[in-house]
Amino acid sequence: MSEVKYSKEHEWIILDGDVATIGITKHATEMLGDIVFAELPEKGSNVEKDGTAGVVESTKAASDVYTPVSGEVVDINQAIVDDPSKINEDPENTAWFFKLKIKDLSEMDSLMNKDDYDKFAKETSA
Amino acid sequence: METKKTSLYQLHQDCNAKFVEFAGYQMPIQYSEGIVEEHKFTRNHSGIFDVSHMGQLFIYGGEDLIKDLEQIFPLDLKNLKLNHSKYSFLMDKDAGIQDDLIITKTNEGFIIILNAACKDNDFKILKELLKEKYKMVLDENRSLIAIQGPKSSHILNDLVDGVKDLNFMSGNWFSIENHKIYITRSGYTGEDGFEISIPNDFADKLTRELIKKGSKLIGLGARDTLRLEAGLCLYGHDLDKDKTPVEANLKWAISKERISKGDFIGSDIIIKQLNDGVSKIRVGIKPEGRIIAREKTKIFNQLDIHIGEITSGTFGPSVNGPVAMGYVENEFSKKDTKIFLEVRGKKHPANVCSLPFYKKSYVKGVN
Repeated sequence: MSEVKYSKEHEWIILDGDVATIGITKHATEMLGDIVFAELPEKGSNVEKDGTAGVVESTKAASDVYTPVSGEVVDINQAIVDDPSKINEDPENTAWFFKLKIKDLSEMDSLMNKDDYDKFAKETSA
Repeated sequence: METKKTSLYQLHQDCNAKFVEFAGYQMPIQYSEGIVEEHKFTRNHSGIFDVSHMGQLFIYGGEDLIKDLEQIFPLDLKNLKLNHSKYSFLMDKDAGIQDDLIITKTNEGFIIILNAACKDNDFKILKELLKEKYKMVLDENRSLIAIQGPKSSHILNDLVDGVKDLNFMSGNWFSIENHKIYITRSGYTGEDGFEISIPNDFADKLTRELIKKGSKLIGLGARDTLRLEAGLCLYGHDLDKDKTPVEANLKWAISKERISKGDFIGSDIIIKQLNDGVSKIRVGIKPEGRIIAREKTKIFNQLDIHIGEITSGTFGPSVNGPVAMGYVENEFSKKDTKIFLEVRGKKHPANVCSLPFYKKSYVKGVN
């Protein structure tokens, strides 16, 4: 497993070989509030870096979930669709969103490490 | 224009409120526990809502005022008992709803509770209609606190002895620590509860006392999910100038006695619509899956023809699923009619349903 990386759209991503697991950050869930609906990409579909790959909705509003890298969706986490409150409970671990077979590993280079992301999240929410 | 703050602003801050601007006021949307927890706490225990941004209009007068107000509101105010309240609307001549409101008869005249975004305009309209014959005060020196939920009666009665004996939609003046407060047994959550009109300088103290007794502050976010589950309309969304009370399915709030006279503003249209029917009408809508259809979502019939629009939609924490209201063409308004909601380009099945989504537990006939 690689180091966890983060995007400016508040997704986290971790690599295991060429398969990336992607979810949204704790900071994102705190901004969204109670998540009551989640929509994930279809298994087998292809998603493009920075494109929409899902939706989460809180009681207040809907927000798109973006993918920080391109690839083919090889797995989705049905548990968060069935019970979206799991996303608030454990966003950076068991409540992952989808897994991608990554196309171009170099797309990982522009993502942030934890320290940089924490700084970014603090600055943008201030 | 600078946003206004209510008398409870400091208390909201102390309780870690997240603020939003609403109708020119800094109002709490939620506190640290979040909308779902706040919603459930209100349903199961007791929640306090700062609704001080709403207008509290005091109109002073006697028999003449009753006659004049009956030309404005479709209510039988003459036979309304002292200290009893009615839900009503301010309409234009086309029966378009300018505001929805609660009017209470007092021994000095009437108290009318108005929506925050409409109150200044309402005041202007009413002043003109009443030709400045009566003293009218849109009181900025009073706050308005709602306490809602099954434990509220017990909690409030501990501080204000006697409130538990009020019937639903009735009120009275009470005195606490030499402050005159007007309390009605009413609310907008589908729960038993009270609305308390209180001098600004006492609002913070009373609310802190209620919190000490076990109630909690609840934000506008949960107020919205609670009222939608209860099937209640929100002005500016489910109601506006382009909709009449008949279209809004609120004909129960129009007095039959006043319809027979037909002498209030908008009565021509109301009577016509009651006789001939309406082309669109407000209904409850239950999506089949978990998809949330929000305001402005387009509604289609089974032949894929556009038949209406959602006016309020969210996730109902007590229903544990999505809930919505909207307007559909009359022929599709029957309960269990299958409809489709277009969300993010896809059509999702839903059904027309009766309101409320969540059963009320208002207290009736205490006395």
